[in-house]
Amino acid sequence: MFDLNRIRKDFEILNRKIWDGKPLVYLDNAATTQKPDVVISALTKYYKEYNANIHRGAHKLAEEATIAYEAVRDKVKKFISAIDEEVIFTRNTTESINLLAYSLGELLVNEGDEILLSEMEHHSNIIPWFLLRERKKCKIIFAPINENYELDYEKLEKLITKKTKIISITHKSNVLGTVNDIKRIANLAKTNGSIFIVDAAQSVPHMKVNYKELGCDFLVFSAHKMCGPTGVGVLVGSKELLFKIPPFLGGGEMIKKVTFDGFTPNDIPWKFEAGTPNIADVIAFGAALDYLEKIGLENIYKHELELTEYALEKLKQFDFLKIYNPVIALSPLQAPRNDNYSGAGIITFSNPVVHPHDIATIIDQYGVAIRAGHHCAQPLMKKLGVSATARASFYFYNTKAEIDIFAHALKKAFDYFEVGACKELKLKGRSNDSPNAKPGAAKIR
Amino acid sequence: MIVLMQNQELPKLDELYKEIILEHYREPCGKVPLEHVDYEAEGMNPLCGDEVKLSLQLKDKTIEKIHIEGHGCSISVASGSMLASILKGKSINEAKQLSLFLKDMMHGKVDKNEKDIGDLEALEGVKKFPVRIKCALLPWTTFEEALAGHEHVEIS
Ligand SMILES: Cc1ncc(COP(=O)(O)O)c(C=O)c1O
Repeated sequence: MFDLNRIRKDFEILNRKIWDGKPLVYLDNAATTQKPDVVISALTKYYKEYNANIHRGAHKLAEEATIAYEAVRDKVKKFISAIDEEVIFTRNTTESINLLAYSLGELLVNEGDEILLSEMEHHSNIIPWFLLRERKKCKIIFAPINENYELDYEKLEKLITKKTKIISITHKSNVLGTVNDIKRIANLAKTNGSIFIVDAAQSVPHMKVNYKELGCDFLVFSAHKMCGPTGVGVLVGSKELLFKIPPFLGGGEMIKKVTFDGFTPNDIPWKFEAGTPNIADVIAFGAALDYLEKIGLENIYKHELELTEYALEKLKQFDFLKIYNPVIALSPLQAPRNDNYSGAGIITFSNPVVHPHDIATIIDQYGVAIRAGHHCAQPLMKKLGVSATARASFYFYNTKAEIDIFAHALKKAFDYFEVGACKELKLKGRSNDSPNAKPGAAKIR
Repeated sequence: MIVLMQNQELPKLDELYKEIILEHYREPCGKVPLEHVDYEAEGMNPLCGDEVKLSLQLKDKTIEKIHIEGHGCSISVASGSMLASILKGKSINEAKQLSLFLKDMMHGKVDKNEKDIGDLEALEGVKKFPVRIKCALLPWTTFEEALAGHEHVEIS
């Protein structure tokens, strides 16, 4: 059963008071989520009871640590219904994509080849490809989005050519909340013989993701966005490909044999895990996966969708707000209670008067934490015609009462600026060279 | 030692958003295009996407006109607007000194009353909102970069 009160007790930080005693309303979950106590204690338990390096040393602690670390691979596989695939631990989604861009790029990409991304990508799924472009002189192509904040699949299809070696697209946008039709793209990729990478940083934490059904070649995500610790990323992919591509980082752990002349790389997955990995955090990530399974991804999704609809309804009072969300774009709101999960959990908005930064500062005074800025998606911001937006993003521990506080705080922010900014301008010895300034009018109070 | 930042005193919004700041935000100075551009720089705050492009027109060693455009929050726009109006007619040296003073003021090294800085003193309230200090300084860093002949600056 989904018992919100009990769930909230699992997170000590949710008791945190902000400033003069306001309860924390944490709505920045797309950036990183909070960690339940079970995850924090898994972390400390490792350090207090069996801290040792793994895969080396025949002592008891090393054995316990190795078993605990390796067990998390299976948990990850189960979590996303992968079977034969390999799980590689990295530092984060960003590193997973860098690994792929480097290693796949070395093997597959030549001058003039194309990499297909989309306009709604996070910088971490753009820059690694730009870096590859510098090395390989390949082209980076961006599949466009339409006015509903969804991918334009027809255009996307036309952009896939014989030169398209790699397609790398997000499963769920961290700005729009849009969930892309990965199966559809996977079919196109397969037919064309392109490798297909899915950035699942925002999907795996919030909805049931079935790797097998998606049909992609690689799936990447971050532990810290799903109740896990920072410093752990996941890369899931086909063994065959991982076997073929060269290693990314070199060092200990990733080798089988080293001589003065060279080295033999280790088997996968270890071939891609150079050096001492983030043992404690991987183990604690295992506890996060168990915790999320217990709550149930379906329940998590349903609750977030409910919160999103509730919040969108609340935001209607601010009719000057522009909301960048596929559900709103498809209004009326009640319209397709989507099966495809699109638009849930993330509400990004802006308005012409109060800058997102100012909104964030003001509502912070009410204990409300949201994100303001470009959300590491500057090209998308440009497409949306803004330089920054504000974003509220939910997780399963958020409540409708918190959304009430959020809406109340927003109202205060808008009131504040209207009251503050509509006052007539007074002269204070500054030059009047604004072209908008009406000469002689409303300048002196 | 762990320093818990809990339950600090709530900084007052009115100290951040002084009336004069909101006025500059609503109707910023420095919007008239220049006849000729002597120095120019673009600045951005990669953290939030705030952008300014600042151009200077000089006459001898004096700043004759300043043009400033971009996107930003109230604090960065107001700070840019104040820059445009206050630096007009100042010598390059005076301008640099003012810029330095403002930075020191934001970092608590000098008091606003140590110098007559006009509207700029309103920016002192930003100190209480540390994440916003960068917003206030962006136009000034960009100004310094423009003088130094750089075209592009990122503060982080
Ligand atoms: C869609 C998406 N991709 C990639 C990332 C990068 O994740 P990380 O910073 O954990 O590497 C994020 C989060 O910031 C994201 O939302």
